[in-house]
Amino acid sequence: MSNINTKKLLTARFGTIDPGSIKDYISSGGYSVLQKALLMNEDEIINEVKASGLKGRGGAGFPTGLKMDSVKQAEGTPKYIICNADEGEPGNFKDRLLMENDPHQIIEGMIICAYATGTRHGYIFIRGEYLKSIRIMEAALEQARVKGYLGDNILDTGFDFDIDVHTGAGSYVCGEEFALLVSIEGKSGRATYKPPFPTTCGLYDKPTQINNVETFCNIPHIIDMGGTEFSKIGTDSSKGTKLICLSGNVINPGLYEVPLGTTVRYIIDELGGGVPNNRAIKMVQLGGASGPVIPEGMLDVKLDFAEMREKDLNFGSGAIIVMDERINVLDILKRIIQFFHHESCGKCTPCREGLTQMLIILDRFIEGTASGQDLALLDVLIETMSQASICGLGQAAPTAVKKVLEYFPEEFNSRIHSMGPVTV
Amino acid sequence: MKMVNIKINNRVVSVPEGTSIINAAKEIGITIPNLCYHPDQEVKANCRVCVVEVEGARTLQASCATEVKEGMVIRTNTNRVRNARKTVIELMLANHDMNCTACKKNNQCSLQEISANLGVRESRFTNVVRDEEIDTSSPSIERNQNKCIKCGRCIQMCSEVQGLGILDYIGRSDDVEVKPAFGWYLGDVACVACGQCSVVCPVAAITEKEDIERVWEAINDPEKFVVVQTAPAVRVSLGEEFGMEPGEIVTGKLVSALRALGFDNVFDTNFTADLTIIEEGHELLQRIQDGGTLPMLTSCSPGWINFIEQYYPELLAHVSSCKSPQQMFGALAKGYYAEKIGKTPDEIFSVSIMPCTAKKYEADRDEMSVDGENPDVDVVLTTRELGKMLKQAGVDFNKLEEDEYDAPFGLSTGAAVIFGATGGVMEAALRTVYEVVTGETLESLDFKMVRGLEGIKEAEVDLAGTIVKVAVAHSLSNARKVMELIKDGKAEYAFIEIMCCPGGCIGGGGQPLGGTDELRLKRIDAIYRADKGLPLRKSHENPAVTQLYEEFLEKPLGEKSHHLLHTHYHSRKH
Repeated sequence: MSNINTKKLLTARFGTIDPGSIKDYISSGGYSVLQKALLMNEDEIINEVKASGLKGRGGAGFPTGLKMDSVKQAEGTPKYIICNADEGEPGNFKDRLLMENDPHQIIEGMIICAYATGTRHGYIFIRGEYLKSIRIMEAALEQARVKGYLGDNILDTGFDFDIDVHTGAGSYVCGEEFALLVSIEGKSGRATYKPPFPTTCGLYDKPTQINNVETFCNIPHIIDMGGTEFSKIGTDSSKGTKLICLSGNVINPGLYEVPLGTTVRYIIDELGGGVPNNRAIKMVQLGGASGPVIPEGMLDVKLDFAEMREKDLNFGSGAIIVMDERINVLDILKRIIQFFHHESCGKCTPCREGLTQMLIILDRFIEGTASGQDLALLDVLIETMSQASICGLGQAAPTAVKKVLEYFPEEFNSRIHSMGPVTV
Repeated sequence: MKMVNIKINNRVVSVPEGTSIINAAKEIGITIPNLCYHPDQEVKANCRVCVVEVEGARTLQASCATEVKEGMVIRTNTNRVRNARKTVIELMLANHDMNCTACKKNNQCSLQEISANLGVRESRFTNVVRDEEIDTSSPSIERNQNKCIKCGRCIQMCSEVQGLGILDYIGRSDDVEVKPAFGWYLGDVACVACGQCSVVCPVAAITEKEDIERVWEAINDPEKFVVVQTAPAVRVSLGEEFGMEPGEIVTGKLVSALRALGFDNVFDTNFTADLTIIEEGHELLQRIQDGGTLPMLTSCSPGWINFIEQYYPELLAHVSSCKSPQQMFGALAKGYYAEKIGKTPDEIFSVSIMPCTAKKYEADRDEMSVDGENPDVDVVLTTRELGKMLKQAGVDFNKLEEDEYDAPFGLSTGAAVIFGATGGVMEAALRTVYEVVTGETLESLDFKMVRGLEGIKEAEVDLAGTIVKVAVAHSLSNARKVMELIKDGKAEYAFIEIMCCPGGCIGGGGQPLGGTDELRLKRIDAIYRADKGLPLRKSHENPAVTQLYEEFLEKPLGEKSHHLLHTHYHSRKH
């Protein structure tokens, strides 16, 4: 059991190679898949990715093969490929560890995708605070250029492609793909409406493939083993492995790689060693600050796109934050909303004004001065923010509050000072 | 054109591919409320008031930003939609100075109108407006952050149409504000005071500086003889303030209205527009003959003067030394007319009604004073302010009889009326210059090449064998292109008309709200209809102008003209 459930694909080289050495990467099989890929035609590569069933690892879970296909089909040149390494979601650190431990795996994945979509220029957008990642990636890119994996006429195939590192300036919302695009363009990071999607109208209004670090890391493995073989890992709706950032009240927090389909309980108990001092779990937050919280009773839920959707949950980019019985739920919610309030770009009304109001209302519950009207207002705010905000930040920001109202209503109800008149 | 079949509220509609939902709904008589959307601007989709349900979409969709697709099923009026819109409006109101009755835009505010239509009686949220200082540093524009809903219409107008970028978003989250860089005052940055931002602001965050009270004081002061002049563009737009269709010509009612308010003399800026043509036409001919700086640039648009003084001062020698018609009028009112009626200049109080906010700045300039102490134009009111003043006085504009301007500054020609539209000054100048140079009568007075909304227009005129190239530009982004041509030595024109505002003065920053091309075209159409309807259509045929030269000025570009009608400019580069 434990053999299967700690399947190492993306993290296989972690600790076995020097991330600063391209030689180590090559001698452990690295860049051999690129050579294989460059002998295939573009559609063969895309078809392998489609057959693999790989879905984006940034949180939205869009099929990667489809995305590559639309970029390839899209009219307009130049095309761009962007690796989203602006890992700002609280509770996540997998992209940082992927960059710090195996930078060439990302680069190899990006080169293969660029070749398949007819793209000649790429960016890695790295969170500004990730100084070590920035240094390692820049060094790795330079080594790859020297070895002829990047630059003009890659491995004498006539294919030209290079990658630049672009660093963020500290804004969480730049992890949102449109804010990320305008940030590269030199504008302030604000979200915009879609469609059109980046695949047809992305960086500088050109077709652009944007994927998460982890998504790109899967590409060499898919081409290596073949899409069909890859698709044997995981479940019907969810193929491959998933990196999990386990944190909070667990004995062994850290990064784990598990096949999709693994339960949250298995990860916490078997991999994380459970909660210290056998304390009871109050709730677990999935995905990070923007993700849902679930009670202990729901921990048998699987990391599975379909099952999660059915339960109105999602595992986002893979954070699992364990909170034991000692926590103050409302205090946690306040910190989460404070985070989004700080990070909102302020462009659209529901997010800009809604978060301010949500903090005010949460404070009333925390101080014990809330009324029944405040409960109604919270519902109205959650609905409006999640339905009418312009981007994922505002839409997802109230998720934790919504789920606490659903699974732990007593946390709010017990703090209502007076029922008062309620108007909705 | 490919048509797309969609369903809106169970009604099947067929609209051209690429139509947004908000415009498709309009086709079947459904108005979707909106605040940041503006038909002539790029879609912003940030207010989120226009959200609708689209079948199959996980979230509500902004109807301004969503194009229709074949088979799309849209609902604009479900509970889910109504609740979201109401909540969004309530969230805005919670960060808004809600003292509507004391607001400059009371009854002209889109937020107020949408709130009323949606049945929002109060905001259920806590009011968090920060009570920021109102920026009154500009002589023309007032900025009230406490009213701002961050829709960004002003930002787009300033950066896209005017090419200036004076206003932009500062900060993030609920710290977002729309301000000049570093939060500086409007009066301390290179704003040209054109007021285009105020025309598109849906609330009262950006408005003209109001000077109505000073006019009431003067009218009620028995010591003051109060004269008023009306700019060409006001007569084709003032009606809009009273519910008339855009493009109604209301010249006669405008005169009656001003009399009803108690002005002692009602004059027409058109008179000095004709005078401008005589002076400027002669200046042009003199520059051509004497090898002066060419191309010569017009000088009647004060927003444009503010632009060249601040952005291209190295090209100031190109600008005609003629004062604008407003300031020629002011100088004549105090330097000529006062004496004629036995008054001292300070007994005359001179008011102008302008489509323009930059005129307030212009009237304030040190150079614009005949006696060196009192301004030649004491107060400038915008078209919108005049509308308010008439409402304050209870004047029922629609019921007014038509009346005539007073002599001697009431007689004018069609050439003066067209000053109100882009290309008009050029056309008026060509009508006169052609006849002065060739000694022949023009067969057709309509120089259609210089008319219309194209950003930069060109024409060639045969002046007795000499081909003269001219150009016309409107809005400052186009002005900038022309300035770059001149700098590069590529502007082979003798004469260029530049108007600061899109469409010319009919699209001025002091005009009735809206700021769409649709409005501008209707007003332009009215301007040319007014021209056609006048018995005299060439400035040099204005007998009152001829009389002024005979009685007082003696000759164009003469000593008195130099003193009263011409001015100079200086670099104000930041």
